[in-house]
Amino acid sequence: MTEQDRPQYQQLLARKVEVVNVGLEGFVKDLRDCDIGVVHVDWKPSAGGDPQMAALLAKLGV
Amino acid sequence: MNVVVLNEVRKGFYLDSVALMRLSREVAGSPGVIEAALMMGTPSNAAIMRNAGLLEEGTAVKGNDLVIAVKAESEAAAREALDSAIKSLDKPKTQGEAQAAWRPHSIAAAVKAKPEINLALISVPGEFAAAEARKALNRGLHVLMFSDNVSLEDELSLKQQARAAGLLMMGPDCGTAVIGGAPLAFANKLTRGRIGIIGASGTGTQEVSCLISEAGAGISHAIGVGGRDLKKDIGGITTLMAIDAFDADPETDHVVLISKPPHPDVAKSVLERIGRSRKSYTVCFIGASEVEVPPNARFSPTLKGAAELALGHKQIGADFDANAVASRLLRNGRGGIEGLFAGGTLCAEAQVILAAAGRKVASNAAIPGALKLGVEPSGGRDRLIDLGDDEYTRGRPHPMIDPSVRDDALRAALRTAISR
Repeated sequence: MTEQDRPQYQQLLARKVEVVNVGLEGFVKDLRDCDIGVVHVDWKPSAGGDPQMAALLAKLGV
Repeated sequence: MNVVVLNEVRKGFYLDSVALMRLSREVAGSPGVIEAALMMGTPSNAAIMRNAGLLEEGTAVKGNDLVIAVKAESEAAAREALDSAIKSLDKPKTQGEAQAAWRPHSIAAAVKAKPEINLALISVPGEFAAAEARKALNRGLHVLMFSDNVSLEDELSLKQQARAAGLLMMGPDCGTAVIGGAPLAFANKLTRGRIGIIGASGTGTQEVSCLISEAGAGISHAIGVGGRDLKKDIGGITTLMAIDAFDADPETDHVVLISKPPHPDVAKSVLERIGRSRKSYTVCFIGASEVEVPPNARFSPTLKGAAELALGHKQIGADFDANAVASRLLRNGRGGIEGLFAGGTLCAEAQVILAAAGRKVASNAAIPGALKLGVEPSGGRDRLIDLGDDEYTRGRPHPMIDPSVRDDALRAALRTAISR
């Protein structure tokens, strides 16, 4: 099996990690200090803060 | 005393739990304040505040509202503390923050602008974490979910979705991982090397990786799988995928697998898979009695033992004599050892070591053979408390982030010890 044919999770360890950080902002600094690309999301609870509605919207791909 | 409770609700205002903790402490330290909380108004947080008598009668909150709640000895003290909290919230951002990097409002916007993103690190409140993880998986990202208090049903469905898409779902409740030198969540400064780690325990992964690194060897990658991955309900989905990933990794020679004792069916399938691996393994099921492992693996019931095996039987540190420590520390031999831990794995390892020394142990996170605290009287036993357990972390950060829960327990333990 060539590298390209492997499922993505088997290629993860050989690739450069690029991160989207959603939540605690403190995690961003450690990544930047190690020269890892990271984008921090200015996150707010979706669906007006209703967890059940947020879960439903995510399932629907919204 | 005339106790006064005042609330301020900021609609649609979000701050992460660390920022909230800092502000909460500031407000709680104001003169005349008995108790204070700054929390997002999620249903579970609202229940915590209501039970603590911190919500005024008739205050309605939603998950995207920031709630400031102050309980004080007088109206004036409550008002002053509340005003100071509001002032801190409204303080204009410093120039540095204002000039900080671009911040998208969603995972979708981030990935659209930077298609090279391949992993989402998620640490939002547990009630919203599964929804964010689903959005990340839908966009082809691997996920590390630091958040806890996520249901087992959500965990299973996210891991099944990830597996079907060929993606790695690390967590929920995954405290740390190191992928290709990228420190994810609580990572330590480590030497790079050829030993890989698969950890169903963040503190276990940290402990073993640091011991190996300090002993002069190094870590290739550490994959976290979440504390429940090897339970029967989940079936080791991420652990089995992590074994595949290490098999395909030319940078790794040896792998350490760390977990509490798994469900027997899951242990069987994981050990069978290890037996087919091209790599050699150290299997550390903390607190398990002798485990039969395949010829390419060795077993250790402790983290330190696992690190020593991974290093080729190199001894780390001096032996710890629990009974000698107890007789030196306990006055007239009365009472027992009190252990306060910010992580279940270190708490479990301590129970293994004390039990092996013939001591009687009780814990809120009891290993097989130890007494479960709160069920029966634990008098005379060593008491080991995991302050990172769900009962201590609902509505507040893990003690690794906010050690004040441990400080309070330490003060209480010292008071008890002195009064003996």
